[in-house]
Amino acid sequence: MDLSINGQSVQVNASSDTPLLWVLRDHLGMTGTKFGCGMALCGACTVLVNGEAVRSCVTPVSSLAGKQITTIEGVGATQPGKALQEAWVAVNVPQCGYCQAGQIMSAAALLATKPHPSDPDIDAAMAGNICRCGTYPRIRAAIKRAAGQTEGAA
Amino acid sequence: MIDNTTRREFLAQLGALGGLVLVASVPGVVKAEDAAKYGADGMPHGWKDDPLAFVAIGTDGTVTILVHRSEMGQGVRTGMPLIVADELEADWSKVRVSQAPADEEKYGNQDTDGSRSTRHFFEPMRRCGAAARTMLEQAAAQTWGVPVGQVHAVNHEVIHQPSGRKLGYGALAQRAAKLPVPPRASVRLKSPEQFRYIGKGQTGLVDGWDIATGKAQYGIDARAEGMVFAVIARSPVLGGKVARLDSAEAEKMPGVLKVVQLQAAAQGATFQPLAGVAVIASDTWVAIKARNALQIQWDDGANKTYDSPAYRAELEQAARKPGKVLRSTGDFDGALAKASRKVEAEYYLPHIAHATMEPPAAMARIDKGRCEVWAPTQAPQVTRTDIAKYLGLPEANVTVHVTLLGGGFGRKSKPDFAIEAALLSREMGGKPVKVVWTREDDLHHDFYHTVSVEHLQAGLNEQGKVTAWLHRSAAPSIGSIFGPDPKHELPFEVGMGLVNLPFDIPNLRIENPEAAAHTRIGWFRSVSNIPHAFAVQSFVAELAAAAGRDHRDFLLELIGSPRLIDPTSQGDGWNHGESPKLYPVDTGRLRRVLETATREAKWGRKMPQGSGLGLAAHYSFVSYTATVVEVAVDSTGALTIPRVDIAFDCGPQVNPDRVRSQLEGAVVMGLSLALTGEITFRRGRAEQDNFHMYQVMRMDAAPREIHVHTLPSNDWSMPLGGVGEPGVPPVAPALANAIFAATGKRIRQLPVKDQLEPGGPELNAS
Repeated sequence: MDLSINGQSVQVNASSDTPLLWVLRDHLGMTGTKFGCGMALCGACTVLVNGEAVRSCVTPVSSLAGKQITTIEGVGATQPGKALQEAWVAVNVPQCGYCQAGQIMSAAALLATKPHPSDPDIDAAMAGNICRCGTYPRIRAAIKRAAGQTEGAA
Repeated sequence: MIDNTTRREFLAQLGALGGLVLVASVPGVVKAEDAAKYGADGMPHGWKDDPLAFVAIGTDGTVTILVHRSEMGQGVRTGMPLIVADELEADWSKVRVSQAPADEEKYGNQDTDGSRSTRHFFEPMRRCGAAARTMLEQAAAQTWGVPVGQVHAVNHEVIHQPSGRKLGYGALAQRAAKLPVPPRASVRLKSPEQFRYIGKGQTGLVDGWDIATGKAQYGIDARAEGMVFAVIARSPVLGGKVARLDSAEAEKMPGVLKVVQLQAAAQGATFQPLAGVAVIASDTWVAIKARNALQIQWDDGANKTYDSPAYRAELEQAARKPGKVLRSTGDFDGALAKASRKVEAEYYLPHIAHATMEPPAAMARIDKGRCEVWAPTQAPQVTRTDIAKYLGLPEANVTVHVTLLGGGFGRKSKPDFAIEAALLSREMGGKPVKVVWTREDDLHHDFYHTVSVEHLQAGLNEQGKVTAWLHRSAAPSIGSIFGPDPKHELPFEVGMGLVNLPFDIPNLRIENPEAAAHTRIGWFRSVSNIPHAFAVQSFVAELAAAAGRDHRDFLLELIGSPRLIDPTSQGDGWNHGESPKLYPVDTGRLRRVLETATREAKWGRKMPQGSGLGLAAHYSFVSYTATVVEVAVDSTGALTIPRVDIAFDCGPQVNPDRVRSQLEGAVVMGLSLALTGEITFRRGRAEQDNFHMYQVMRMDAAPREIHVHTLPSNDWSMPLGGVGEPGVPPVAPALANAIFAATGKRIRQLPVKDQLEPGGPELNAS
């Protein structure tokens, strides 16, 4: 089947029920999208499908024909994506870093609809993404920085 | 010795930089001292400071620094090179970081645990960088034919002061490489005011951009040509094995390559993989589906009766009777009999799971009697040694590439998952096999944090002073994974906040009753400090309330006057592996963090109805931490945490930003464990399957404000303290104490979960 990933058409040979996550990771070698739970509980596998945040671990590839998929490898080509990546580095958000691709993808979906999110907006958009290292204060600060908002000391 | 494959890759990397020098060719130039005992000297393979092992400089001036400790979020891949680069007078923008493979003979100890990478390797890495700088200075002096005393290195070049001549590091590299490594005693270290990066906090994360763009490589991301994928159905009960297997259905599924049985692990078999059935397939999804199709009947073995409520009752019984006496001062029984007020409390802390966001995963391949493994391991050398043993290969034929770790917290000190990958690669004729644990696997087969009952009694005199103190801690020991179950906490466990109670109490007894292990018990970030600190710091709050005293003042009085305590005088011969002379327990520092946290949190301020402040202070990993948590609890029992203040003294800080980040993280993790962290067992099986049942704190529940107050120290003669773990222990008791302040409800068992809801379990109100 054909998928459109980061603006490129990609041919995939996987059973139709295969979650996008494993197609990206195992078939295409795009390992930036992470496995964390397999049940849409942790957000590590978040990608954008037509601009919306989607958990790739529960999204069968068969549902994605004709849709635009954006992963962490491609999100930097968008303005909010690039701003978020730069903010993540400037704030030194990551600890282990494993969940951060998913965090950035959820944040990118947030900024696409709410360029200047409030704290409750951020809570609502990001509550699906677990960070076991506990980088939440810096994630919040980085989102605000990317949105051009100032943030007090975390 | 690094093996040829690794060497090839290393040389290739350097070759790409345009030249190669200073790569190891003289083994063992610098060795750890003999008669090693404390600190890094007390660790397997000690320390190394050989610049030939750690530093390479290309002719283009690129400096490559090897990091031999594992990066799991604590920032070691930034911090360690920063130390070397500083003494080397390297321009940080020209520094590249490369990860060392497992090879303790060459790099010194690589066990990334115990909050000790920086404190054990600060000095060796300084000497390493300074020795390399000395060689560059000598090379410049030779080139110019001038005395070495007339040249000095500054920011990536060597300058001849009298003539103003300069040579860059790239130009000097080849000549420097031919020089002998200077004797350690002749190497001149910088004075701290000359530090360029150490302690400055202006160094961004080495891996920051790669992480933010999805390029960073974790163990689960390892790939190789022809790689296949495996998941394993493991015995749900420790010590169980496969009684009957029907894999016909699974083997028929398209993409399934092989179904393999793994042998049973005996209890006490260290890091041996559990018994199980592996499915090897063309992708992870096929492997997962085929595993679901396996029909397995397990022979559960002796631990099938492990049941959390029953085991809790067993621990409670043990904790209510006299146990092995670990420390006794004065006459506890006599003093308690004379006390005007007696207080008794018991605390229960459940098993918890690490739940690293990257579940255990590893990739291995075997070719011509050589095994290569890519693993997110905290224990590279142990991984290498164990795999060599399981495969029957000489250790020299096993290469362990250490990837980034997507969280460690102690789980990835145990290389069972990497051994599985190696065993399955052998089953596949050496093909690269990647083993991935699903989240269910991770929660069902962890090396869990212990479970404990902490029983405390105290007597107060008429002035409200504590005259008698008894603490019994009953908890299965980590020792149970290393052989016959010791049924008592080991010295390193009781040395984590149990025997080394830094209080000024005349009559004191500390006991450790027996407790048997029925599952795999392992280290979890801050380890036994979690139950010990929770019990002690909750109990102090209970005593302060009983005495009608302010908690802060009461705790300061218990800590007593500023003094240095020899840990051996408290029955703590372990002292986090550090010298009791170099690292006495300093009650003055403990007082200072408590004073700082309470001052910054405005302790004593009037709180609105339903809100409260709670505090706790704890000494661990030779560092000092105090926490103040603010909570608000509404009429439905819903709890929010507007603010946490955490004060921390670890002595001088190499990378202050990472110290702060570790404490921010420790606050969130500590709260997460206290609020929702619990693994329960029924019929020997862990009952929680995934994040809906084992809940981890999310952004909307996390404190909106975390204020970290690190106590500044520019005294670099002071020994360094640990950073990764000591933030965790005081968080849960500070939370419980805040809940008491807000609601009058005393939390004596963790997690808090629904205990605050109306109609929830009846809690003690005072």
